[in-house]
Amino acid sequence: MLVSVYRYNPEIDDAPYMQDIHIDIPGGKDIMVLDLLQLLKDKDPTLGYRRSCREGVCGSDGMNMNGLNGLACITPLSDVVENDKLVLRPLPGLPVIRDLVVDMSQFYKQYEKIKPFLINDTPPPAIERLQSPEERAELDGLYECILCACCSTACPSFWWNPDKFIGPSGLLQAYRFLADSRDTATSERLADLDDPFSVFRCHGIMNCVNVCPKGLNPTKAIGKIRNMLISQAT
Amino acid sequence: MVTSITSFGRSGLYDWMIQRVTAVVLLAFTVFMIGYMLLSPNLDYQQWKELFECTSMRVFTLMALLSMAAHAWIGMWSISTDYIKPTGIRFLFQSACGLLTFIYVVWGIQILWGV
Repeated sequence: MLVSVYRYNPEIDDAPYMQDIHIDIPGGKDIMVLDLLQLLKDKDPTLGYRRSCREGVCGSDGMNMNGLNGLACITPLSDVVENDKLVLRPLPGLPVIRDLVVDMSQFYKQYEKIKPFLINDTPPPAIERLQSPEERAELDGLYECILCACCSTACPSFWWNPDKFIGPSGLLQAYRFLADSRDTATSERLADLDDPFSVFRCHGIMNCVNVCPKGLNPTKAIGKIRNMLISQAT
Repeated sequence: MVTSITSFGRSGLYDWMIQRVTAVVLLAFTVFMIGYMLLSPNLDYQQWKELFECTSMRVFTLMALLSMAAHAWIGMWSISTDYIKPTGIRFLFQSACGLLTFIYVVWGIQILWGV
């Protein structure tokens, strides 16, 4: 099959380019894209990409495969390859450090903005802050996010305003703490989000839902934040 | 919290709400106008004039006009902050949109009360 990989080494290259590599998959098996990258790296050791757990838990190997963001380690070739061709690019919209490695600073800055930790000023109980099973269930579909950035880098609003729009991933996490029964900073958190950019740049096109490798729904969480803002302000 | 002083109401929620409410007004006005024209096949100038001389129609039309102005401002402002990165050009574009909107509103009122 033919693999076209985005290559850019700022120390050597003046501009990024696509490198076409023909490769035979051993045994013709339906391997994961990450395994294919290892085969490519065996051929050309200068190829750079991030990876760690190789099982969709660490979120390191988010990349754009034939136009769709996803984790290379849990995406089988059969899911993305078309006409025996695969185009691999770094996550769109973020600065490229080298080849498929992007600089995630802007993404993390947005995550930092939403204060991703429990805020509770009441005196801590002797053992722990308890939740009922129902209160705990509110966090399902929110806490599972691994911050791979596949969703935020698939979002045009994040491409245009990565410094102002929190992005689907950050907003999913924002709602995770707004929905937490143990958190007491709900109104402060909401006040921080009520500007024309942080939440309201989301126009609900659902690219985030389409690409999330964990099957989460940031658009739904953003809708819930909006509902909380409305009920607080009307 | 991102500060912006050129948005319609400075609050994202307020802009969002106004955008939705004005959309409903514009939809109602559009549906009414299309319905009116379909139900009056022999529409002449006299009938058209009488329609707009009616106070309720003037209220409805002015409401639609102001809704369009607010709706357009919020939309054009969003577009300008998405796609126009140099501050000077963005500010010029926003000023042009604001001026045009203001002209349309004044002109619209003049037409409406000039009937």
